[in-house]
Parts: sequence; structure tokens; C-alpha cells
Amino acid sequence: MTHQEFITGDTPLPDIVILTHKLAREYEMGTETVRALRGVSIQIRRNEYVAVMGPSGSGKSTLMNLIGCLDTPSSGEYWLNGQKVSDLQDDDLARIRNKEIGFVFQTFNLLPRADALHNVELPLVYAGMRSAERKKRAAEALGRVGLADRMHHRPNELSGGQRQRVAIARALVNNPSILLADEPTGNLDSATSNEIMGVFKDLHKQGQTVVMVTHEPDIAANAERVVTLRDGLVHSDQKQAA
Amino acid sequence: MPFYEAIILALQTIRAQKLKSFFSVIGVFIGVTFLIAAVSIVNGMNSYMTDKFAGTIIGVNTFQLRNRPNVNFNVPDSVWRAWRRRPRITFDDADAVTKGLTVPVLTAWYSEDQGTVEYGGRVAKSVDLQGAGADYFAIKNLNIVDGRPFTAQEVKAAVPVVVMGWDLADKLFVGQEPVGKTVRIQGLPYTVIGVVEQQGNLFGMSLDKFVVAPATSPIQRDVNPPRVVDAVMVKSKSVPEMNEAMDQVEGIMRARHHLRPTQDDNFTLETSAAVLDFWSGINKIMLAVGPGIVGVSLVVGGIVIMNIMLMAVAERTREIGVRKSLGARRQDILRQFLAESATLALAGAILGIVSGILLSFILNAATPLPAAVAPWSVGVGVILGAGVGIVAGVYPASRAARLDPITALRQE
Repeated sequence: MTHQEFITGDTPLPDIVILTHKLAREYEMGTETVRALRGVSIQIRRNEYVAVMGPSGSGKSTLMNLIGCLDTPSSGEYWLNGQKVSDLQDDDLARIRNKEIGFVFQTFNLLPRADALHNVELPLVYAGMRSAERKKRAAEALGRVGLADRMHHRPNELSGGQRQRVAIARALVNNPSILLADEPTGNLDSATSNEIMGVFKDLHKQGQTVVMVTHEPDIAANAERVVTLRDGLVHSDQKQAA
Repeated sequence: MPFYEAIILALQTIRAQKLKSFFSVIGVFIGVTFLIAAVSIVNGMNSYMTDKFAGTIIGVNTFQLRNRPNVNFNVPDSVWRAWRRRPRITFDDADAVTKGLTVPVLTAWYSEDQGTVEYGGRVAKSVDLQGAGADYFAIKNLNIVDGRPFTAQEVKAAVPVVVMGWDLADKLFVGQEPVGKTVRIQGLPYTVIGVVEQQGNLFGMSLDKFVVAPATSPIQRDVNPPRVVDAVMVKSKSVPEMNEAMDQVEGIMRARHHLRPTQDDNFTLETSAAVLDFWSGINKIMLAVGPGIVGVSLVVGGIVIMNIMLMAVAERTREIGVRKSLGARRQDILRQFLAESATLALAGAILGIVSGILLSFILNAATPLPAAVAPWSVGVGVILGAGVGIVAGVYPASRAARLDPITALRQE
């Protein structure tokens, strides 16, 4: 690893977007305690393209939830874009998700009754932006993913690939520090998957930091770095030619 | 998220599910409809009773001497029996009262019953037959539009002349001139000398289907036992004068009936206040029952809305998860669902207001019940509707707001 060793009490270097330090997460399941993450320390630089892999039960979903600020760790630290977020609660986390993170889900998670433009607008609604400005920014984001002509289509009028592009536009519209994708091609055929991977690659070229959770090696091959988890710990962390 | 955005969102959701939304607000809808309609009726009746009914039946600054009250409400049997044993008011009583009053007043004898009036083969049944004194027209403010009223001399001489109501004249004479013609009342002939201006309806009953003849004329056999009157009407210029006149009449009658100081009056002096008392009795019942019905429908309506909103939260758990992942705070979600339930209930209330107003118009036009929409009831309807929506929405909305985003996103 080329990163500087992190010690509790330090602050991450300025170009480190994501830093986890001995991050652990335990769940109470009845009388049993499940230790989903047992101390994961990783650092991700600005404009890195990282795939997180691992078999089911390895803790990759838990890590993704923690990185996405949907969950809080049982112990350890998590710094996102120079801010320590592992101590934050609920509404503060909501603000961080709104500003710093763009989610792309396996099942797209678009609002079915809203058209593409309104779906993309949503993060800006919660950021408190005014309607006219919101529409402009949402239209731009849809343009970036090649859907300028589909703005007023509802999700059920779009193909799977187009829906995922809408979701990507929604993730990007707030200019987040990281694009966090959870099995982004899990519901798509291979041709469409390649198309989406192309979009990710372009975004990465434009300077976007991308973190993608996947269990498919083909998809992970698109990233320039692969972190593999096993039993709640980092098993390997390798750079590869993208 | 600003509140107006939450309301726009709520309107979109309601528009997407019109029928479901309608059924979910039916309780509020019915409650508010009933509120508006019931208040309209009470309101309409109120102004009707004070402006028209009391004045029509008895008259302003006027009282009637009767042996028992004419207008009564909810009288126990024992009281009724006592009333029926009272002596009737005789011609001599009426005479003594008329002569004994020193306050400047107008007085008239008055008796009535129903009977048949005929002219030229046309027969009018169930006509109000009235025997009265000459000042009757002045006391009741009856304007003669054709001909003249009868005079005190005609009353004294018991001349068989008659003044009739507009509708009756119209029915019997159909375009002919009534004055000068001879009609038969219960078989006996009377000369028509006047027609009274049209009076309109009271609770759907025509006020223009009557004949008035001198109380001393043969009509007295049709309206009362011999030498007895239903009432003596006394009209004064002001309330203090009316009270003084009432005191005098009470004194005269107590003396004539030989009542000892410990005995109660065995006659009645009835004013328009008695009529209004009668009305306020009915009014009290409506005001007691009305809010109950409105309250029950609103509570039921609120529970229905709460259920619908709980279902909406369950159905849209994933949407809530998505919104939270995109940065919605608890208060954003809370506001969204509160706005939805308030907007829903308010829409129901507005529908209820519209249908309540329509219902009052229909009642007013199609039934004898007078109805007038009270503006304050519309305001109350809006406030109640929104209030029910907010109260019913609090629990579902706070459940939605507390959802854990991970669990919510995982929901199918």
C-alpha cells in the first residue's frame, strides 16, 4: 500500500476522499452478535475508480452502507472528504448523503410516478434549491448521461439501461465527492452492462471518484483498483490496469 | 423541502389515486356536508323565525289573550289536561278587556277553524275561516289590494261580508273581479268586499288561503261555540306599552274569573316571545345533536385517513428509503406525509363544503325548510378538515420519518 499509515487522532491527507480506520459493525440478531465488519481500514484517493468485491456474507454490503452514510459503525472511524462522519447522527448523515454521495442501486430505485427530470431533481429538492435552478441542473445531468431527449419519460417508459442512466444522472446532479454504486449492472444484460460501464469510465475520466460494489469479476475488471473483502476483513487490495 | 413542495407532491399523489383518495376522505366529506347543511338550516330557520314566523303568527308588540297557549312545544300530559279544563274566552270577556284597557292599543276578537268556500260551482276545501274584529287588518298588517276591509259598524251589525286571501280569490274567481260577488262559506252567503295582498308561504303552507268575516256574523257558528272567541289580539306601539297592557288584561281577567291572589292565571297572554321560545326549544335539540353527528363523522373520517396513510407509508417504504438515501431528513419525510394527509382531508372538506352548500340550496328550493349558508360554517369546515388531516397524519408520518433507510431500501 502506498498510503500513509493512519493513526487515531490524525486527519486524512487532503486528496483522500474516503478513509476508514478499523471500521467495525456488529448486529444483534436475537441472542447472537453478528460481526459483519471486523476492522476495515482503507483509503481511497480523489478520482480513484475502486471495485469492492467479495462473496456474500463478506461484509461488502455493510461496508457500502457505512461508506454511503446510511449506517453508523459500531467502532472505528470513517472520514469522508476531510470530515469525520462516523460520529454523526441521522439528520447530519442525511445532509452528508445529500451533498457528498451519489447512489446508484442495482434496482435503480427511481420514483415510478415521477418523470426522469423530476427523479433527477430530487437530491436538489432536499438540498433546498429553487425550482428553476433545479430543473436546469437536472436537465444538464441528464444530458451528461445521454438522455436529454428522455426528460419527460417515466421510468416504465424507459429501458433498463436508460433507467440506470437516469439513476446515474440523479447521483451526479449534486456534484458528489463519490459515486457509490451497488451492483449497478445486476439487473442488466451484458450489452447494457457494458454501456453503463462505459458511462462510469467516462465519468471517471472527467475526474469523478467511483466506488462500485460488485460480485462479478468482469464488471470489477473495469475499475483501476479492486478491494476484496472476506469475513468482514480486507482480504486483498490490488491495483490493476483499467 | 419547503411546505408548498410537499403540498404539490401531495396533490400529485391524490391525483394519481383519485378514487382511493375520495373513499379515504368520505368520512370528512360527509361530516363537513352535514355541518354546512345543518348550520344552514338552523341559520335559515333562525332568521325566518325571528323575521317572519313570529311576526306572522302573532305580530310585533302584539299579544293574544287565550285560554291556553296556541304555540307549544313538549308539553306534559298533566299540563294539557289542566289547560283543557280552563274556561274559554267569551264575548263578554273580550268586551270587558277591550273596554277596560286604558293604554292606547288596537284590539280585535279572533277565532278560526277550517271550512269550505264555494263560488259558481268552484269549491275550495280546508280554507282557514276566520272571525275577527275590524282592527284585525291593522294588527296583522294586512294590506287590502282590492276593495276594502270591513268596518267596526259592520262588525257591530253582524253584516255577512268577507275579505279573502289572494290565492283563494285567484282559485275561486280565476281572473274575474271578486269584489261584489257572493260566496258561500259552509253554505251561507257572504258578499266579498276585499282581497288581501299576497302573503307567501310559511313552511310550505300558503298564507293566502283564508277568509275573514266579522266575528259577530254567521261565521261565528262555524269557527266557535256560541259567544266564545279563540283569542283577543292586542297591539300596542312599544314594548313598555305592551307590558302595561298585558298587566291590565291580566288584572281584568283575574277579576272576571274571580281568582284569589294565591291562584295561578287560568288564561294565557301569548306574545311572539312564546313563539320564539318554541323555536329555541327545537334549536337547542339541533344544536345538541348536530355537533355530535359532525364529530362522529369527523372522528371516523380521521381514523380512515390514518389507516389510509399507514397503508401509504407501508406501500411506499421503498420510496421513503430512496428519498432518505438522496438526503431527505426526518422532517422532510414527516412534512411530506403530513402535507399529504392534510391536503387529502382538506380536499374532502372542500368537497363537503360544496356539497353542503348545494344541499342547502336544494333544501331551500325543494322543501319548506328555509336554509341559508352561514359563512362561518364554511370557515369551520375548512379548519376542521385540515385539523382532522393533520391529527390523523401525525402518527403515520412520524412512523415514515423514523424508518431506517437501509431497511426501507431493502423492502420489495
